[in-house]
Amino acid sequence: MRDVAVIGVGLTKFGELWDVSFREMMMEAGARAIENAGIDGKQIGAMYVGNMSSGQFIRQEHISSIVAEHAGLLPIPSTRVEGACASGGLALRQAVIDVGSGLHDIVVAAGIEKMTDVLTGVATGALATAADQEWEVFVGATFPGLYALMARRHMYEFGTTEEQMAAVAVKNHHNACFNTCAQYQMEITVDDVMKSPPVTLPLKLLDCSPITDGAACVILASAEKARKLTNTPILVAGTGQASDTISLHSRSSLTSLQATIEAARKAYKMAGVKPDDIDLAEVHDCFTIAEIMAIEDLEFCKKGEGGKVTEQGETAIGGRIPVNTSGGLKGKGHPVGATGIAQVVEIVQQLRGEAGKRQVDGAEIGLAHNVGGSGGTAVVHVLRRGD
Amino acid sequence: MAVPRFWREIPNRYNLVGARCGNCNKILFPPRSICPSCRRMGKLEPYRLKRQGKVLSYTVAHVAAEGFEDQVPYVLAIIELEDGPRLTAQITDCNPDEVKIGDEVEMVFRRMGEESQDGVIYYGFKGRLIKP
Ligand SMILES: [Zn+2]
Repeated sequence: MRDVAVIGVGLTKFGELWDVSFREMMMEAGARAIENAGIDGKQIGAMYVGNMSSGQFIRQEHISSIVAEHAGLLPIPSTRVEGACASGGLALRQAVIDVGSGLHDIVVAAGIEKMTDVLTGVATGALATAADQEWEVFVGATFPGLYALMARRHMYEFGTTEEQMAAVAVKNHHNACFNTCAQYQMEITVDDVMKSPPVTLPLKLLDCSPITDGAACVILASAEKARKLTNTPILVAGTGQASDTISLHSRSSLTSLQATIEAARKAYKMAGVKPDDIDLAEVHDCFTIAEIMAIEDLEFCKKGEGGKVTEQGETAIGGRIPVNTSGGLKGKGHPVGATGIAQVVEIVQQLRGEAGKRQVDGAEIGLAHNVGGSGGTAVVHVLRRGD
Repeated sequence: MAVPRFWREIPNRYNLVGARCGNCNKILFPPRSICPSCRRMGKLEPYRLKRQGKVLSYTVAHVAAEGFEDQVPYVLAIIELEDGPRLTAQITDCNPDEVKIGDEVEMVFRRMGEESQDGVIYYGFKGRLIKP
């Protein structure tokens, strides 16, 4: 496979965007990415759009055609990619494979979810369709419930505390304060998290990522072409994807995501890097416990110490391995299909040195980690400066 | 849930019937068509699971799944059955505060919910703590 680089990125504001439609959101992120890449739409060969559930959220399937049409990119091939909350990461991977194969020189990878056109209960029910309908949801499981089962077991096996989980939310909200695209630009305290209403204990409201509208877009090019178009190409050095059982109960471990471990192993190997080499990471913190498990599974710390290292500030900006500098899913928001792309937007901005007050000094290698469901799908990308 | 969709699963849901592979002896629940270890060499037969198990993890749900609103707070658990398979189930007939990891449970037949006022009533299994 030939080398592939990111040459442009674009993001909408994340939040409850009642005045903006699905179509407008996608065009806004897309136009920003194309402008950022400094290319003309005519140069684009294909597009991949990550989206979990437009059918349930806006009763519209077949969005691949809508997006290509409204972008004025007809008749290029446009493909929707779905893997629950990992849809964006999977769309990126498909776009990387497309450019890497030599089929097209410039390809768009986008992600979008319009979640607030339905009531919160309907949105939660729609998200629950990413779990096993027959054997999890049927007996009363929700996503917060499944992650709470992981959290309780993690507390039991490793002594992780609710305060350590709260520290993830506090850090990510703090980071989000420096991100104008973030849904929540407000500080919270451990005490706020501990006193927030119970959802599925031990998880409380402020342990959970919100319901969010948002779209994100990146433009990929062959590394050869990228070097002609920009002085700061960001190489997609490694990509890894893995699958696991859809039901949490069918997995041998409740405190690790095997799909994350496997996807990371492949991405690290392809990039020729070790976990120690990573300067910063965007990980899938749909719930606070998910970030703790992710930093362990990605080997940024020992298994079981994710809570402790978070509490000690090792994952803060300025710490040993900054995690979720964008604010993460918790602070920036989690428009599920857009999340995997938005993570890469953050990594690219960091590696270019364009992250402003969130900037990690001297960042050269970054990682993005995107999970579908309770861990049935995981995708990991390693990016590095290509100049 | 559409009536046929529920009806198809009745043998498994009402009797806790999984599958046993005659080739590798692995017991699977929920049942499936292909043994994940042996694939085409597998020989799956129905297998009625023993009803004892223990709690591997649990959560107390204060925000319900759709259709469970009148049951909060309820305890949802992952239970490892004596035969090996694990499943997700509610813990019934208990004070939500008394459930612990490692607790022994037996699976009991219970009403799970209903389609509507005059629709199908769903039944299935919940765990009940075995008190020493
Ligand atoms: Zn077998």
